[in-house]
Amino acid sequence: MTTENTKPLIQIRGLTKSYSQTTALKNVDLDLVPGQIIGLLGPNGSGKTTLIKIMNGLLRDYSGEILIDGHRPDAYTKSIISYLPDESYFSDWMKASDALKMFEDMYADFDGAKARLLMKRLDLNANMRIKSMSKGMKEKFQLCLVMSRKARIYVLDEPIGGVDPAARELILDIILNNYAEDAIVLISTHLISDIEKIFDDVIFLKYGELAMHENAEQLRAETGKSVDEVFREVFKC
Amino acid sequence: MAIDFDSNLPIYIQVMDYIKKEIVSGRLKPGDRVDSVRDLALHFGVNPNTVQRSLSELEREGLLKSERTAGRFISENEELIGLVREQMATSCISRYVKEMENLGYEGEEILAQTAYYVKERDNDNGEH
Repeated sequence: MTTENTKPLIQIRGLTKSYSQTTALKNVDLDLVPGQIIGLLGPNGSGKTTLIKIMNGLLRDYSGEILIDGHRPDAYTKSIISYLPDESYFSDWMKASDALKMFEDMYADFDGAKARLLMKRLDLNANMRIKSMSKGMKEKFQLCLVMSRKARIYVLDEPIGGVDPAARELILDIILNNYAEDAIVLISTHLISDIEKIFDDVIFLKYGELAMHENAEQLRAETGKSVDEVFREVFKC
Repeated sequence: MAIDFDSNLPIYIQVMDYIKKEIVSGRLKPGDRVDSVRDLALHFGVNPNTVQRSLSELEREGLLKSERTAGRFISENEELIGLVREQMATSCISRYVKEMENLGYEGEEILAQTAYYVKERDNDNGEH
């Protein structure tokens, strides 16, 4: 178990990203240390996915700085980040087994046997076509792949959004069971009450600005409220 | 034996409370080995750092002891366990008595009501 005085693995300074009309991220500063599960929280359009895409090297025209283990997002940072995108990136013709093979080819830290074990637990069959999977099944399948990498950073964009409440506990269990203890797990979600008990820290993004970065337990102790309730107050319309 | 967490309270306090109850009730025995942080975290569905904190606090209170390589164990200080049990009972009783007083009952009445309830309940249980 890591202690608080660990050096940050992700450092963000003055990160700003504008699209033609709107500012998606405004001057965000963040230090994220290893050994933590962090909730990235905010309503739709608050900049969560933009931040995640920048971390994963999918958006490049930003200003400010983001360093992941000392590197700007590049091939190296991709090799240490396991990323669950908010939408499926598999082609329809693929079978689950093709996607497994793709991960085996792409990532040296991918454990195919582990992925197959997790798939079995979630009742997913390697012979299934991606096209024939429901939204929830696709999400579960992608989570199996992503959590079967031995990465230093896991970035999960809405991992429980499309699955039914009964499957959510199982998904959380898989996340808790499979991340390395010195990794960062960054989870973006709007379903806070279902997941808040696994967070170390929570980050609130509001209109692209950092509204709060606080330890979840401290927040509960100070306010006597759940993270979910505090969130509702901060983002009250 | 999952905990029904109240997200308005720090989770580590609820985990501590749960383990304390296991110890004072004797479900966990002096000298028993405590599961690893990881296993407990999975079991309760909470963050491992949270469990770590709960165990550290219980160590500080003397209910657990850590042996460098072998792991964590339930304290064999039965006097301390007895004391903690009494403290927990007192806080339980004080909440209960306060509630009864809110309903307008007073000292002897509360005792009588409680004795009656326990007796009836035991009779009911006896029939099954």
